[in-house]
Amino acid sequence: MHIFYNLGKYFLLLGRVFHKPEKASVFRNQIFDEFDKIGINSLGIIAVISIFMGAVAAIQTAFNIESPLIPLYLVGFTVRQTVILEFSPTVISLILAGKVGSQIASEIGTMRITEQIDALDIMGVNSAEYLILPKIIASILIIPILIIISMLLGIFGGWIIAISTGLVSPNNYIEGIQLDFRVYDVVYALIKTVVFAFIITSVSGYYGYNTRGGALEVGKASTKAVVYSSVLIILFNLILTQLLLA
Amino acid sequence: MIEVKNISKSFVNFPALKDISLSFDKGKTNLIIGQSGSGKTVLMKCIVGLLQIDEGQVIFNDRVFSEMKLKEKKNIQKEMGMLFQGGALFDSMTVEENVMFPLTMFTQKTLEEKKDRVNLCLSRVNLENVNNLFPSELSGGMKKRVAIARAISMNPKYLFCDEPTSGLDPKTAVVIDNLISEITKEYQTTTIINTHDMNSVIEIGDKISFIYKGQLCWEGSKDEILTADNEEINKFVYATELLRRLKK
Repeated sequence: MHIFYNLGKYFLLLGRVFHKPEKASVFRNQIFDEFDKIGINSLGIIAVISIFMGAVAAIQTAFNIESPLIPLYLVGFTVRQTVILEFSPTVISLILAGKVGSQIASEIGTMRITEQIDALDIMGVNSAEYLILPKIIASILIIPILIIISMLLGIFGGWIIAISTGLVSPNNYIEGIQLDFRVYDVVYALIKTVVFAFIITSVSGYYGYNTRGGALEVGKASTKAVVYSSVLIILFNLILTQLLLA
Repeated sequence: MIEVKNISKSFVNFPALKDISLSFDKGKTNLIIGQSGSGKTVLMKCIVGLLQIDEGQVIFNDRVFSEMKLKEKKNIQKEMGMLFQGGALFDSMTVEENVMFPLTMFTQKTLEEKKDRVNLCLSRVNLENVNNLFPSELSGGMKKRVAIARAISMNPKYLFCDEPTSGLDPKTAVVIDNLISEITKEYQTTTIINTHDMNSVIEIGDKISFIYKGQLCWEGSKDEILTADNEEINKFVYATELLRRLKK
């Protein structure tokens, strides 16, 4: 029953979140702030992880090609497909659920326990819309850009390791990443990313907004936000893949 | 003027407020006093609309607030200013941005006009050269004063203060009390203060309501409270050895 209670509260909160902002200029500035907090601040970790994961994917693929009948350009092809279809949209989203999700839940949770949200409500500001909507909009716009950067860096990481260790020649790798390229794969990845971005910010916002108690509860809300966002990402990854690729 | 009529509020089998009726006068500091857990904060949150009441009415100048729709409630809330126990300043904003926030959200003033208003409000609470500081850089007393400045920035008709002197030393507490009292007289606001600080009661209490276990137990002035013929209020007022000796 607890899951239905939370689900109901979550949708009621979303009903309050999706309202016309009180002032357009304030809302615009908030979105730009969130671009910075969610996007720019995550760029470093995403770059490092993407490059190394692309490199590992290249090594593992090359290591598993034992038969001389299998062309070496398959390394580039496999890295590209792995990175575009699964690694960048899903794994990076899971990492963002940890980084951005905990940040959102703890930020809003702290505002709740220090009565800052009550202060907004008293002023006549729709606190749910003011605090959560800019984060949702910003994440839906900026996270797909991060994912595209991650895709490029992942493929680049594979290329670096492939040529530096002599696993495959640069030409073979380039041939592989160009082989049978479908734009729809990127579209599919970006559709998933938009859904994951919404899950990360709305679920984290929900747990932060409904924090009650003190510092301990802020920590618990932050943990719950990461856990439930991650579970939902995995679940929707399966659903969307079945819907869009099957 | 604010009136509450027969309001009750319960939390899962726990009655926090039981059939309370009170009126709060304009231009006066109306104090709600009582022990911790007596229901003062719940009463204030019911009055300002942060909590939904189970029964009764909350009336702001003949407008029944508790029966209004959300949009109408928001219009009344724009006439309110509130000082929270911990100040509730926005951590991510500077002092200037905090005080300017209601002006930015609800007025069409230019930046210059808003800055002038912020400086006026800050000078009213005796704060200068703090515009660019963040709340974490302020002392407890300064935070309360900034919170008062924010509360009065929109010229509120109704001012609510929840434990305004808690956590402050006696000297700073007197400064805050007097500031609230002066602002009440100057702006002719209907001011409601939640407190359990007897110094505040004696300092600024124009009208005092004593809440005991969720019920209105006694009403009167600051002079009457010292000679009240009520066992519960006597226990509250003369709780300390110092006051008991003074009474003797």
